[in-house]
Amino acid sequence: MNPVAVQHRKARLVVVGNGMAGIRAVEELLKMAPELYEITIFGDEPHPNYNRILLTPVLAGEMALEETILNPLGWYAEHGITLHTGSRVTAIDRVKRQVLTEDGCSAPYDRLLLAIGAAAAIAPIPGNHLPGVFSYRDMSDVEELTRSSELGGEAVVIGGGLLGLEVAHGLRARGMGVTVVHRRAWPLDKQLDARGGALLQKAMEDRGVRFLLDKESAEILGDTHVTGLRFTDDSEISADVLVMTIGIKPRIAIAQAAGLQCETGILVNDTLQTYDPRIYAVGECVQHRGQTYGLVAPLFEQAKVAANHLAEYGRMRYQGSVTSTKLKVTGIELFSAGDFMGGEGFEEVTLLDGNQGIYKKVILQDNKVVGGLLYGDTSIGPWLFQLMRDGTDVSAFRDNIVFGETHLGNSGHAGENQASRLADGAEICGCNGVAKGSIVRAIREQGLFTLEEVRKCTKASASCGSCTGLVEQLLASTLGGFYDSSPKKKALCGCTDFTHQEIRDAIIQQKLLSVRQTFARLGWRHPGGCATCRPAVNYYVRTAWPAEGLDDAQSRFINERAHANIQKDGTYSVIPRIYGGVTSPAELKRIAEVAERHNVPMVKFTGGQRLDLLGVKKEDLPQIWAELGMPSGHAYGKALRTVKSCVGTEFCRFGVQDSTHLAIELEKGLERMWAPHKVKLAVSGCPRNCSESTIKDFGIIGVDSGWELYVGGNGGMKVRAAELLCKVKTHDEVLEMAKAFLQMYREDAQYLERTAPWVERVGLDHIKAIVVMDVASRQQLAARLDFALSQEKDPWAEAVSGCLNIHAAPLRRIPA
Amino acid sequence: MEWLALGSIEEIPALGGRYVDTPQGQIAILRNENDKIFAVSNRCPHRGGPLSEGFISGKIVFCPLHNWQIDLEKGEAMAPDHGCVKTFPVKIEGRQVWLGLEGVTP
Ligand SMILES: Cc1cc2nc3c(=O)[nH]c(=O)nc-3n(C[C@H](O)[C@H](O)[C@H](O)COP(=O)(O)OP(=O)(O)OC[C@H]3O[C@@H](n4cnc5c(N)ncnc54)[C@H](O)[C@@H]3O)c2cc1C
Ligand code: HEM
Ligand code: SF4
Repeated sequence: MNPVAVQHRKARLVVVGNGMAGIRAVEELLKMAPELYEITIFGDEPHPNYNRILLTPVLAGEMALEETILNPLGWYAEHGITLHTGSRVTAIDRVKRQVLTEDGCSAPYDRLLLAIGAAAAIAPIPGNHLPGVFSYRDMSDVEELTRSSELGGEAVVIGGGLLGLEVAHGLRARGMGVTVVHRRAWPLDKQLDARGGALLQKAMEDRGVRFLLDKESAEILGDTHVTGLRFTDDSEISADVLVMTIGIKPRIAIAQAAGLQCETGILVNDTLQTYDPRIYAVGECVQHRGQTYGLVAPLFEQAKVAANHLAEYGRMRYQGSVTSTKLKVTGIELFSAGDFMGGEGFEEVTLLDGNQGIYKKVILQDNKVVGGLLYGDTSIGPWLFQLMRDGTDVSAFRDNIVFGETHLGNSGHAGENQASRLADGAEICGCNGVAKGSIVRAIREQGLFTLEEVRKCTKASASCGSCTGLVEQLLASTLGGFYDSSPKKKALCGCTDFTHQEIRDAIIQQKLLSVRQTFARLGWRHPGGCATCRPAVNYYVRTAWPAEGLDDAQSRFINERAHANIQKDGTYSVIPRIYGGVTSPAELKRIAEVAERHNVPMVKFTGGQRLDLLGVKKEDLPQIWAELGMPSGHAYGKALRTVKSCVGTEFCRFGVQDSTHLAIELEKGLERMWAPHKVKLAVSGCPRNCSESTIKDFGIIGVDSGWELYVGGNGGMKVRAAELLCKVKTHDEVLEMAKAFLQMYREDAQYLERTAPWVERVGLDHIKAIVVMDVASRQQLAARLDFALSQEKDPWAEAVSGCLNIHAAPLRRIPA
Repeated sequence: MEWLALGSIEEIPALGGRYVDTPQGQIAILRNENDKIFAVSNRCPHRGGPLSEGFISGKIVFCPLHNWQIDLEKGEAMAPDHGCVKTFPVKIEGRQVWLGLEGVTP
């Protein structure tokens, strides 16, 4: 071939299998490298990619087939993809690097992606090819079953697993009599123990599905069409329709014939490459580290990694997935994950409420959740699953674990309600006013699989995040699995695949000194980033490199850029710093005069004992700051806000410690401290606790012998009482402890994570070990904070002196 | 239409914005990472937030009030939100930024 021509053509990517994993990989690839390949896709089904997991709602008549289409034909055209539907690939020629189809076509490739899924397993018994015998795998099965069900009669389902119960539910909804035959003593034995199985069986029986258990099928009866089924004990049952749902078999034939290594599935490594490095494979056809998967969440993770390598980024690795299952039979709540049988060497916590039909069982090993089973009430499923994947130590709340997070005091944000029991009109997201019905509709109609996608399409949980748990539950109950697909690894935002921690590590190890340098070095998808990553990365750069790191004003929210809080009408508020809340007549007069002179529409005390001048135009800010002659109160920042104080020994008749002066010292010692989120302190002079120290990030309470220090309190969206960190005697000790604690928080917490969830996440004991027990590390932390603070100047003074430009005035005024 | 000189591109912070006061109200002037300049009405179609104070990236500005995303080329809010902002022509000659406006005297 002419080498010049080679240079000019794009590399060719051929995808075999037009299904969920393959097309997800192509979508991920197009996001990263839209122009890299000329893409050709072969699929042997006649349809464009549809959502296979919604086959049962279609069979049950709850959804139309069109609604399951994930990628309409227009999508393929729009991305210049050549799609061959109804076209089966029969061979791969690895020497000529081309695939051959049944109808005699061939297509050359530079990279090949196999995503051929799995086929339904067929029991090797006589009669298994009679008309009237179905498998349950694709749209044509559903179409044929729907047609057969219109004749009515009796359906027998062999195999009482997830698919078997789903198809039984669907056929029952179509009006057929349905019997599920299962070789074990209870249905769903891979997901349930005997007790849960009995509850499920009863619920299905209440819906009119019959069960024949402990039955081994021997022969399918009938001459020209199925008429019944005979068992090994010679008993028989009659049937007009017979569906086999006894498991799935990864499709490996074409890979095997091409000499690619296969066992149960096509063998792949952590980059999803097969034995031939030009050939990648993803989805149900794949075997990775000995595992095959039959749920979409892990397949989507594989798709993401394969796409990353196809796009020549070459960074991600697939390391296997932990999966959970949920049954999608309307009205039956069931969740199971991991090892739910327990036994020797395991501990169990169970709850059984037979009247309500609720059964919960959590399996623990070495104080960690290794599995769980929830029946009737699955609301704690996502939380339990997270504990399991994270390997969290649950000893502190193991006895209450079956009641869920609500019983533990939660400053995190898991849902407390059972989303599935709410009415369609129930509001899920209070911030954006999104009702349950619209979320469920969006998940189904727009083919959403992740929290991020729901946030994007509906705005639910996109603001404060407190309904995240509820939205996750809705995803789970609508889709039938947990779609938060890479739980341990949550990318910072859509611009990158790296996590907060990976980005932080890179900033430290590679000495990245600005937001843009970080974006460039770590291969950001959008060179300008977005509203999520820019402030986070700017914070990480500044915390890692307080002296050299560039503080990029354009990567800060408007409040932190203008050094004032933007209000809903676009005006700003001005809150000067008043240390410890102690002011003087002269200072008050000056504030009053400034407010009067500038016609400030409102003057108000804040919740944190400071004065707020509201309704100021941006143009007037520098002038007002100059006239006030006071430092910025940082009330607009993810930063130290105020140190509230009470009266204390100086005047209060109960006081045992001088709270006001300690508050002033603390505020002077910590002012201008940026943090992952806002930080509030309070000092009370005695245990009456008038300044509410126990709901502060760092709260201090005077006692006879000194000071008690509390951390991780919160009085905002989720109230959380602070926990005792330690007791100290002197002001200096309080200051050092506060600095060490706050610096640890600054270095460890994720951007926008407040101390309350952070303390819960890392554990108070861990914090004590570093801040309280270890004197050297405490001193180093405090010293690092002192150094960082020494690099910060008062922004108002800087603006007044002209060193800082907040662009208060318009760029130009154009007269009429 | 008149072309009005706004000043040098350096007066608009990279990845940031400024605004101009005009007889037709405030117009946000935004500069992206490639020094491309956009001019749109300085009111987010949602609650009127000043777009000149938002994050800009590529052809998108994120409103500072409620994080609506506005496509600056089309002058439309991105899904799932709906709304329009008026866009204005801009050009750069040398380092000078020009804004095209109807009904003004130069
Ligand atoms: C009824 C049902 C309900 C389910 N419910 C859930 C659920 O609730 N939650 C969940 O997580 N998972 C569920 N699953 C499983 C999920 O659908 C699969 O894991 C997923 O679709 C597998 O994706 P894949 O791309 O590997 O295979 P597929 O989606 O099967 O795609 C493979 C495609 O390749 C085609 N193909 C195969 N060989 C060739 C060839 N030689 N040439 C051309 N094309 C070929 C196939 O026809 C198919 O279209 C369900 C499955 C079924 C059947
Ligand atoms: C309720 C909705 C639908 C029903 C009942 C339905 C039914 C059918 C039936 C009975 C066939 C013939 C299958 C066979 O060869 O035995 C078929 C084929 C087909 N369907 Fe559907 N279908 C539906 C929706 C769709 C949708 C939404 C699409 C695509 C967007 C689609 C695309 C096709 C195609 C391309 C064929 C193949 C035609 C061919 O063989 O050339 N169908 N459908
Ligand atoms: S906390 Fe104690 S010292 Fe402070 S005002 Fe209340 S009663 Fe007085």
